[in-house]
Amino acid sequence: MSSTAILGAWIAVFLTLGIFSYLYKDNPFYKTAEHLFVGVSAGYWTSIFFWTQIQPNLFGRLWPSSEFSADTIWYKIYNGLSFFSSSVFPEGGIDKGHDMHLIYLLPFALGVMMLLSLIPKINWFARWGIAYTVGMAAGLRAYGYLNSNVIGQIKGTAASFTDPNLPFFSLTSPSIFNSIVILVGTITGLLYFYFSKEHKGVLGKVSKVGIYFLMISFGASFGFAVMGRISLLIGRFVDLIKYSGSEYLNATVWVLVIMIIILGYDAFKGSGKGTPVSEDAV
Amino acid sequence: MKDKQFWMVIGGLSLAFLIYWFLGHPMFNADRIVMFLAIIVIGATLLYNIRMAERGEEFYLRPIPGLKAVEEAVGRSTEMGKPVLYVPGIMDMDQVETVAGVIVLGHVSKMTARYETSLNVPVSRSIVMKAAREACRESYMLEGRPDMFHEDMVHYLTDDQFAYAAGVNGIMVREKPAACLYMGKFYAESLILAETGNSIGAIQIAGTASQAQIPFFVTACDYTLIGEEFFAASAYLSQKPELIGGVRGQDMIKAGVITVIILATLFRFLYETWGIGFDVVKLLTVQ
Repeated sequence: MSSTAILGAWIAVFLTLGIFSYLYKDNPFYKTAEHLFVGVSAGYWTSIFFWTQIQPNLFGRLWPSSEFSADTIWYKIYNGLSFFSSSVFPEGGIDKGHDMHLIYLLPFALGVMMLLSLIPKINWFARWGIAYTVGMAAGLRAYGYLNSNVIGQIKGTAASFTDPNLPFFSLTSPSIFNSIVILVGTITGLLYFYFSKEHKGVLGKVSKVGIYFLMISFGASFGFAVMGRISLLIGRFVDLIKYSGSEYLNATVWVLVIMIIILGYDAFKGSGKGTPVSEDAV
Repeated sequence: MKDKQFWMVIGGLSLAFLIYWFLGHPMFNADRIVMFLAIIVIGATLLYNIRMAERGEEFYLRPIPGLKAVEEAVGRSTEMGKPVLYVPGIMDMDQVETVAGVIVLGHVSKMTARYETSLNVPVSRSIVMKAAREACRESYMLEGRPDMFHEDMVHYLTDDQFAYAAGVNGIMVREKPAACLYMGKFYAESLILAETGNSIGAIQIAGTASQAQIPFFVTACDYTLIGEEFFAASAYLSQKPELIGGVRGQDMIKAGVITVIILATLFRFLYETWGIGFDVVKLLTVQ
């Protein structure tokens, strides 16, 4: 086992147990893991976004190597940028398999506008970027949502009740009973979200059926998600058990014991200022 | 827009479309006629109700307990001298829930400005940070308290989902906000956030349309705005006629959808039983 792998295992164990230690109370181990996680991930995502989006997809389309010509003004600008950072702007253009698309100057300009928010006098430029994002998303998704969430829902709900091949009842496949449940559930669910009439009388009763349908579906969703979380927890435990082996110098055991001793000493001295997580702060 | 101008524009567009239609409607994809009709009907319904609301017609909106509780939660924070924590979800401004979350933040920040309560808004996306700052700044200005606004009340943590959850948890445990509001698009971090908020004894109000996360908020929060309730929140909180008209318009669209569902079921039954010459499934299939 290489020393790097062992070091990695010790760090993984420390961070895992540090996060788990939050179940006891807020403590320095949790704070260390949390700040490390937040800081490293912020830096990591910045780097990932730059090297997987901005550099290849934006700069790669503005100055592609396939159309490189050192004599043109456009590539002279590029060469000027290359002088500052040859890793971002390598010599001879950016080779990411793209052709030149000057339309990408628009997102480039919007990105620069977002950065202008650092200058108080002209920080209003950033609103253009926000406006573009919101407006573009609204227009782009309106059609998709209308198709899938409205027309598709109507089509799916208007199911067949007379198909001779359909059984009356089936738990796992389409059936007449399931079609009735979908029809009733959709209509009553929609009526629950009817706001401009008081939910009294018939509407009140029907919308109550709707909320029962919603709660049953939430319950099923809850159970499904909890099962997924338990499998994640099992995954962490499998790693902790693996790292407790002698090939990793019993990382899990040592880190756990040291953490318990330190937290126990801290609790014994009564100097811990963190509040137990379960304590109600009211 | 005045009535005369409005009807002139509508009349002009209708006339232009009729001319286009009788000229043989080139480039019109007839396979998507149902989408075209849906957009026209939905747009017209919304527009009609918004205009009616703007002209002074009053629409009834049934009370939603979760929305009434927002002001109560801010008031509680004020009494306890503790901050309000507002989490606008983990997605970007291209998600409708995030947009709704930032709009509701505008209303919440008006309340915090009015009551002189501190507000903490950790975000996980840079564009959301900028939009949320603008919303808060405007609210503090409108309430006449620009002195209370500071940019750090909306601050970036990280783009990573669980690192963000860990960061927000840390803020909750250390600052102990009296009210935690979760309004936006959430994924698996929802229960982590809501459970921590519950453990510190904060009043919690959540609003999301993320179907898989609503159950977690329902179990751990005091109030949960489910789906459409969340999108209607802005109209409820602002009481602006145009927004209330929009909610009323959406209600009419829902009533229309229910009618279409019933008719479609009936037509399908008739088509499959007696073979009437109209296949509703084919009509509803968008190519």
